[in-house]
Amino acid sequence: MSEFAIYVAIAIVKIVVLVVLLLTGVAYTVWLERKLVGHIQNRWGPTRVGPFGLLQPLADGLKLIFKEDLVPPHVYRPLYILAPMLSLALALTSISVIPFGNSITIAGRAIPLQITDVNIGLLVILGVTSIGVYGVALSGWSSNSKYSLLGGLRASAQMVSYEVALGLSLVGVLILSGTFSLRGIVEAQAGGVLHWNIFGGFQFVAFFIYLCAAFAETNRTPFDLPEAETELVAGYHTEYSSMKYAMFMMAEYANMITVGCLASLLFLGGWSGPVPAFLPAWAQALMPVFWFSLRIFLFLCLYIWVRGTLPRFRYDQLMAFGWKVLLPLALANIVVTSLVVGLRA
Amino acid sequence: MVPLSYYLVLGAVLFSCGVVGFLFKRNLIAIFLSIELMLNGVNLSFVAFAAHWHRLSGQVFVFFVMVVAAAEAAVGLAIIIAVYRTRETLNVDKVNLLKL
Amino acid sequence: MQQLLFFLFAAICVAGAINLLAQRHPISSALSLIVVMGSLAVIYLLLGAEFVAAIQLIVYAGAIMVLFVFVIMLLNAGEEERTPGSRVAWLFGYPAVAILAGLLTWVFLHGGRQVAGAVPLGGPLAASAGSLESAADAGTAVNIGRLLFHDFLLPFEVTSVLVLIAIMGAVVLARRGEE
Repeated sequence: MSEFAIYVAIAIVKIVVLVVLLLTGVAYTVWLERKLVGHIQNRWGPTRVGPFGLLQPLADGLKLIFKEDLVPPHVYRPLYILAPMLSLALALTSISVIPFGNSITIAGRAIPLQITDVNIGLLVILGVTSIGVYGVALSGWSSNSKYSLLGGLRASAQMVSYEVALGLSLVGVLILSGTFSLRGIVEAQAGGVLHWNIFGGFQFVAFFIYLCAAFAETNRTPFDLPEAETELVAGYHTEYSSMKYAMFMMAEYANMITVGCLASLLFLGGWSGPVPAFLPAWAQALMPVFWFSLRIFLFLCLYIWVRGTLPRFRYDQLMAFGWKVLLPLALANIVVTSLVVGLRA
Repeated sequence: MVPLSYYLVLGAVLFSCGVVGFLFKRNLIAIFLSIELMLNGVNLSFVAFAAHWHRLSGQVFVFFVMVVAAAEAAVGLAIIIAVYRTRETLNVDKVNLLKL
Repeated sequence: MQQLLFFLFAAICVAGAINLLAQRHPISSALSLIVVMGSLAVIYLLLGAEFVAAIQLIVYAGAIMVLFVFVIMLLNAGEEERTPGSRVAWLFGYPAVAILAGLLTWVFLHGGRQVAGAVPLGGPLAASAGSLESAADAGTAVNIGRLLFHDFLLPFEVTSVLVLIAIMGAVVLARRGEE
């Protein structure tokens, strides 16, 4: 077989494995959220379907598949059907540049644990986030209803505003690492906890800005006004039912996972962690994946904890916070970081 | 390999679509979109020449074109909103007099 | 492989451009333009301009076009009316595209020694674009940044002033008359 064919085959296997893992992760993130928010609110969360309610996502999935797919007559059909597909496709695309570990050796061939290592990896994720605004805006427009339109407009304005702060908060990390490639950024943080960008690189301000901007980009509390039930019925996904609604929810949770991956890679040292030497070689290669997943899990718990605790922002408070607080803070962080790096060199 | 002229032809086709859209469309926003299409055609020519002569100046120029397009889109859309607020229409045949 | 990708995405570009002209509702025109920008980003990748491709998606398709889509959704002005005048205009419109594009294509493909004057376009244009480049002129962010902040520093600063003026202008224009 030619080299190209082998490359394509390996890439397809990696894509299938990652998509399956990501979608399962999405389903169990929903379970985790319901359990944690339940406990925060002093109740149990799902307990009946399987032990600890672990089969609840399966039951939810089956329910959503069998639900009636109601398409209201007044919608603009092409965009109505395209919008959730676009959201989900983009949410799944951004996983393709995220590295999960170093490389494992199968049949004498070292396979990096990443679908593709482009040297503009971080820009790819920012680009996918930018295009993801269209899923929300077009669904709000095509639904032809006032709640959807208002929710869609608000959500897209919020996402575009916080994209600026998100991008700028990452520039500090880029100055320290010198490369856009995500694997390169992780490798620049090698050497223990003190070398992580948040501690050794002193990017804790950037980390805070990134957290706030990520909450706003994924439309999660406290920035979830566009989909708040008490305000706008359900915002841009009011008129959606069954599988299309499920696609929006999957896209939202997949975005949460991607944001957690990025935070771990850029600020928390990626997959670094102790690898005990007594393990066999394949387990040693998979230990970094375990440490990475642990970080993502803790991040998701943080997301859900914030959701269960904080009230939501009003829309004008939200926009003022994004433009008047986060943006100047991010710019100040860039200036200070570049001064320090320039003076140190 | 793809010869340079193919890229230039594609840029020319996009540019001519933009020119004709600018001249023949009646909706203000569609005219604006045709301007953006023209700018995209020109960007493609810049990048193609940058690749051909192995000089990155073409790509830096594309950067500047995009910045200028962003500034122009922002101000132009603000003007369009102001026009719509006063005249209630976006048809250029109807907004061709300074008098309301 | 490169030729196949180029022809595929060039076809998508041209289809999007023609669709922009043909559609009557501005939202459909805006979406066709987004498709054109996406395929142009792929063509930039084919030409080795990876940073420009990413910027095209982030800035042009992801911010400028979002602005357009916003304004179209906000104003909700509806489709263009079909007046007799506009029908006649389009009778001349599509042939005009064909003539203009055809003229430029002829110049580029067959060498414009007679048309363009002294500059022989045919020879150098027939060589391939996007061939292998050394590390010094790869389209990475590092190289573009180096050019931007050394050779093109003055245009860079001037464009930042331009963007500032645009921000102020947009804010002033969008305010409702309070005076």
